[in-house]
Parts: sequence; C-alpha cells; structure tokens
Amino acid sequence: MKIFYTKEHEWVKIEGTTGTIGISVYAAEQLGDITYVEVPDVGEDLVKGETFCSVESVKAASDIYAPVSGVVTATNDELMETPEIVNESAEDEGWIVTLEITDTDREGLLTAEEYDAYLETLD
Amino acid sequence: MSELLFTKSVKGRCGASLPVMDVSKAEMSDSLRRAKPAEIGEYSELDVVRHYTNLSLKNFSVDTHFYPLGSCTMKYNPKVCEKAARLDGFGSLHPMMPVSGALDRCQGALEMIFELEKHLAEVTGMDAVTTQPLAGAHGEMLGIMLIASYHRAKGNKKRYVIVPDSSHGTNPATASMMGYEIITVPTADYGDMDLDIFREKMNDEVAAVMMTNPNTLGVFNPYIKEISDIAHSYDALLYYDGANLNAILGKVRPGDLGFDVVHVNLHKTYATPHGSGGPGSGPVGCKEKLIPFLPKPAVVKNGEKFELNTKGVDSARITSYFGNYGVLVKAYAYALMMGSDGLRDVAEKAVLNANYMMHRLKPYYHLPYDKTCMHECVFSASKQAEKGVHALDIAKALIDRGFHPPTVYFPLIVPEAMMVEPTETESKQTMDIFCEAMIEIAEMTEKDPDSLHEAPVTRPVTRLDETLAARQVDVRYSR
Repeated sequence: MKIFYTKEHEWVKIEGTTGTIGISVYAAEQLGDITYVEVPDVGEDLVKGETFCSVESVKAASDIYAPVSGVVTATNDELMETPEIVNESAEDEGWIVTLEITDTDREGLLTAEEYDAYLETLD
Repeated sequence: MSELLFTKSVKGRCGASLPVMDVSKAEMSDSLRRAKPAEIGEYSELDVVRHYTNLSLKNFSVDTHFYPLGSCTMKYNPKVCEKAARLDGFGSLHPMMPVSGALDRCQGALEMIFELEKHLAEVTGMDAVTTQPLAGAHGEMLGIMLIASYHRAKGNKKRYVIVPDSSHGTNPATASMMGYEIITVPTADYGDMDLDIFREKMNDEVAAVMMTNPNTLGVFNPYIKEISDIAHSYDALLYYDGANLNAILGKVRPGDLGFDVVHVNLHKTYATPHGSGGPGSGPVGCKEKLIPFLPKPAVVKNGEKFELNTKGVDSARITSYFGNYGVLVKAYAYALMMGSDGLRDVAEKAVLNANYMMHRLKPYYHLPYDKTCMHECVFSASKQAEKGVHALDIAKALIDRGFHPPTVYFPLIVPEAMMVEPTETESKQTMDIFCEAMIEIAEMTEKDPDSLHEAPVTRPVTRLDETLAARQVDVRYSR
C-alpha cells in the first residue's frame, strides 16, 4: 500500500489497482467547517487531473481533482449526512471514493515527505 | 430578534371599521365553506405600523452606514435618480402599451433605452448593447450565449472557457452552465493571470476567456493586449466582467483592450440600488460580429421615430419586456447627471480612496500584493490569525463598530482575505473612522484576542453558527 498527495491537496491510497481518494488534513483545515460534499456516482469514470466532485465549506466551494484515472467502485455515503467527518478525519474516515485504477500514470504525485515539504513552501 | 408578526395576533382585534351590513346575508353551500377559519393574523393599525417600522430600523444599508464590501461597489445611490424613475411617463407606463400607431405613448420610454444603450456602448467601447439582462449573472449568461452562438454559426468546435483563479465565482459557474469545461489559470506574482501559463493552456477548442479587469485583487492586467491577441489567434473571444468597471470609467474602454463582450452592473457602476435593495441590472455590450445574436426586441431609430426590431438570428427574448426598466432610468439619470467629466472623476476618486485606505491600513494588516491598487485592495488577516483572530472575527468586530464588513475569504487565492472597496462616494472622514476601527481591532488582537471571538455583541443577532445553519438549514416557521 502506498499513499500519495497532489499539489491540489488530494490524497490517494493505492493497493494494487484499488485506490481510495480524499482531501488532505491541510485542505480540510484551510476550508474550515465543511458543510457539503458532492459525491460522484458509482461507475463514473475519473480522469486524472480533472475535477470529479466538490467540497463546500462556510468559506468556499472547492473542486476536487482526480489524482489518478479510474472507475468509481464505492462512495462514502456517510458524507451526505455528516460532512464534518472530513474535518475530523480527512485522511481516514473522511475518504470520498474508492476506484479501480485504470492507468499507471503517477506523474505529479507526491510522497508524504514531498507533500510536507511542499506545504512548507506555502503561506 | 424581533417577534414574528404571527405571534402578535390577538383574536378579535381589527385595524379597519367595516360599515354596518345593509344587505341580506347570502347563503353559501357547505362545500364552499372553510372547515375552519383561515389563519390570518388580527391586529390594530398601530400594531402593524410599529412592527414594520421597528423592523425597518434594523436595516443596514448605504443610506445608514459605510459599506466597503469589495467587488460590490456599494456606492451612494443619488435620490434624484429615484425621482426620475418615478416620473409619470416612466413609472406609470404599462409594459403592454402599443409601441406604434395612433396609441403610441412610448416614444420617450423607448428613446431612454436607445440613449442608455448608446451611452453604455460608448463607455465600454462596444458596437451595440442590450439592456435586457436583469442582473450581472444574467448578463454573463447572455454574454456566453452570444459567444456560443458565434462559434456555432462559424462551425467552430469549442469546448473550454478559460478563467483566472482570481475570477468571480459566477464566471466559471456561467460557462459551466452553458456547457463549457473550465480551464483555470493561476495568478502570477504581479497579481494577475499568469501570461506564460495562459499561453500554454490556450488551444483551438477554447471558446472564450473571461476576465475582470482590474481583477478582484484591484490589479489592472499589464498584459491584457497580449492576452487578447493570443485568444483571438485561436478565434476565442474575450469576455469582460464589468464588476470592476468603476475603476476605469472614462479612462479605458474594454472594447479598445480587445474585449468582444462586456456586461455592466448598473447596480454597481451606475449607482442604482444594490444589496437586497435591488433589483439589479446587467446590460450586455458586444462587438459588431456578435450583433446578429443579440436578444430581441431591440429599440431602433427609424427617422425620428423609435421602433422595435424583432428580427435576429436567435431572436429570442431573455426576459419579459426590456429588463428592469426603472433601474435603467436611474442609471440613465446618473449618466446624464455625471456627464463624461463626472464619470472620469468617479474612476479617479474611487482609485484614490482605495489607495488612501490601503496605505493607512498597511502597517497593521498584511498586504499580499503590495502595489498601487485600483478601486479596491485585498488585505490578509494572516498576522492576526497567528493570534487566533481570523478574517471572520475581524468582520464581526466591525459590525459592532457600525460598519458593514469588507468581503472576506475572497478572492480564494489570498488566505484570510479581506477585500476593501470604499468607492468614490465616501469622504476622507468616513474612511478615517473605518481605518481607526480596523487599527483598534488589530490592537485588540494583541491585547485581548478572545473578546473578538464573541463579536458582534451589540446587535439584535449576535454570532451565528454558520456551520450549523449550512448543515441543517431550517427556514420554516413553526409554532
């Protein structure tokens, strides 16, 4: 199992060809209290680098970009009723979708160390 | 909070004296009769007058307070323009009056639209204008429809609309609603769309580039001519969001910068009411190549007579009648009152005022794009956030001090953003009082940051739980 991050603050956990996607703790903190997560449908095709859902907070609505391409196999339906899970546990229980990864393109993905170093350069 | 009028009802109380019944009582069948009486409140006239008068005293508006809400151009609305809109020939005119033949009583009303369109075309450097759109976002929608019609007529295959990441949310929302995919270009350190990244992202399938210039950081794009040339070389059109037109009135014309479509927010730039006091109005101007696609009917001049032209490529209306007509009259009255020198003066004073406030507040609040600004400037509460006082707390503390807060958390590219736009109608004294309040809040952040988390404490409604309100919205009246 490997976990990667993007500069747009998504994370993807990869186990074989199965991926789980969410937003990073940093992103959740920046957004503030999250009030709505728009979850895609199972079976939807995600294209790397393209937006596939959005997260709304009291401050803003933000697009979420797919870190890898694939087909959605499950969605975290609990987010519909209790979007605050993302604030409480962004990189675990606040996952958004799981997918069957269909490409091997890992360009632009950052390791946890690289992502932490990237965060240092912000603000 | 005020008690609802429903709860003040007293059974049997009445605000009107009905005459004694002098006809015989008519019988009504049970099938037509209510099973139980309608729940209509019962009040005296004085109950109702007090209720609404007290509610009205809680209003917050440009007429009562300074309102430096960035990008919204909350300037004073001259009362003489209200008077103009209420003139009998405008205010009492029925929208279904015949516009030709012996019964035509609308020549003046049509002339007003014709002249306002001519004025807006001249100010924006466009070849034609329609006054139909009812608001800025409605104007944007029409603008993108014009662009889509243009590409369709030429057989162009277009998929994308480019917006800078500092754009108003309505820009990508409009383009997306009209079926385009959005390409976002980040902001360079000079405070506007990064020219090199824009050049990379530009391609044959781009339908339009939507820009606000000056943008939401109060920065006039130094590379606008290059952007225009690059876009046009791909037959992409340039859309001007007129939200910040106030800054360049009579100074620069979007049409001369290469823009093909413009919307103007009359409720911002032309001093018509705004902010729950609307309605708004968002006339759209375009270059000659888009004229065939403008909505109809359009007012045309035939000899000395004003007539309606109903023929066009897409001759559809986008609204009933001619838009928010009364608002158009107010805007026209404003334009005539100001004259061309006056409008230039508006831009100069709006920019001068914004720079004055920027310089007064700069020592206390972080200014991420530290350069001469146009009509507005964006501070960041990042220094205060380190002490636990966020832009939201500062906004709420300003309410306690009698000010409408600036726009906060926008543009999104500035963390803890506070976007201040004083407009040209504020005096130095008012701006000074506001700046002193901002400075006092900055000092409170050092001394007693916790007290700011409670603000506002002096208003009928104190700190709202915005998260709960958004997560579990409930706006029903329940007993």
